Amino acid sequence: MRPAAIAVLAAAALAAACAGLQSDPRADARALMQRDFHAKGSAGMDRLKEDPVQSACNAHRDNPPQALAEKLQQEQMAAIKWPADGKLLGDWKSGEKIAQDGRGMAWTDKGGVGGSCYNCHRIGPATTSFGTIGPSLHHFGKLRGYGAEMQRYAYGRIYNAKAYNLCTQMPRFGHAGALSEQQMKDLTALLMDPASPVNQ
Amino acid sequence: MRRALVLALAAAPWLHAAAQAEDPVAAEFDKFRAVLEQDNPAELFEVKGEELWTKPRGPKNASLAACDLGLGPGVVKGAYAQLPRYFADVDRVMDAEARIVHCMITLQGYSYAELAKQPFSSLTRTPDPVSIATYVAAQSAGMKIAAPQAHPKERAAYAAGQEMFFYRAGPYDFSCASCHGVDDKRIRTQPLPNFTRPAQAVRAVQGWPGYRMTGGVMHTLQWRMNDCFRQQRFPEPGYASEMVSALLTYLTVNANGHEYRGPGIKR
Repeated sequence: MRPAAIAVLAAAALAAACAGLQSDPRADARALMQRDFHAKGSAGMDRLKEDPVQSACNAHRDNPPQALAEKLQQEQMAAIKWPADGKLLGDWKSGEKIAQDGRGMAWTDKGGVGGSCYNCHRIGPATTSFGTIGPSLHHFGKLRGYGAEMQRYAYGRIYNAKAYNLCTQMPRFGHAGALSEQQMKDLTALLMDPASPVNQ
Repeated sequence: MRRALVLALAAAPWLHAAAQAEDPVAAEFDKFRAVLEQDNPAELFEVKGEELWTKPRGPKNASLAACDLGLGPGVVKGAYAQLPRYFADVDRVMDAEARIVHCMITLQGYSYAELAKQPFSSLTRTPDPVSIATYVAAQSAGMKIAAPQAHPKERAAYAAGQEMFFYRAGPYDFSCASCHGVDDKRIRTQPLPNFTRPAQAVRAVQGWPGYRMTGGVMHTLQWRMNDCFRQQRFPEPGYASEMVSALLTYLTVNANGHEYRGPGIKR
């Protein structure tokens, strides 16, 4: 880059900085948040930093260009760690408890992390206090079949829903390190075990 | 009064039933709330807040009579409905509670650190800015929400607040919009207003400050924003910070034109 161009850019940057909250709203928002948030409990300032998926979704209001979305989805898919033992189904009873538990990773939370599943999904028939942000998962396996591919789909979607739909609202429970492999197996069983109440 | 409320809640099993947005349960709760608001415990905090506004207090032994909430020194009537707004003396946009805190610091000599140490209500303690905000808010009951957008910094605060609203980050990738960006959703049984739509955005303003029946305490929008970020798994927003004022500017301007009914009751 020529020095003249650098000077022009520097002047523009200076003008933007002087204007304060009048330049680029997204830059303004990030600068304000960086300045006005503080770490608390387990919630450190690093949490404000966008990863490439968050950045693409934020910059494009959850509708990034298709090529970018596909590239990022492939990267997310490639980063899924599948269980080494090849088994995807754990214990649905434990899965039900994990699905009910909405705690974890907030600054007030200590200890274990739940799946928060019922916050957004209808799952087992006994729980009527389910949210509707996500689709109903009632009869998940019964409707889709209990085969190996569907097990893999369920586990993968819990591990990293963004590998399937880049700007979905669903957290990436495995990718983020929120849920353990065993917890995700148990949740997969809740959806995919023919004996699970979800499939009755 | 608190005991009576608790009993009323315990005797209202429909509050715990599954609720749809706009469904009979939500409609019933609205009726219940309308009845309760005729005898709202928030009034106790209004009275306390008026006393705190009027009496000389703090290290400077001054009242808040000279506090300019945007309509001139000491003018309380209608001020809350026109906040957040730009204040030249601080060269930034402030929401109601941020401005009250500013006045307590500059006029009465309190320190920000002191006020920000435990800024939210608990069962045993209601911070002074909460009571004062309730008093100030009550003096705008029945008025149209009209957060100004005339000053460039008010428009910039709106734009930055909008970006914050859609800013996904943290371990769960949540933003405000994760819960409040689409129509007719609920989390567990709680219906979620879509704050991007003017007709629903008023629900971000209406009823605040609010007497929260869960826990029986008075809360302001500063608390509500703090608790939303907690649930977003974000770090903590600074109390009465510019960042929170910007977010409140976005939410309030979206609600402009609707009648503000004064301090309310929240589930």
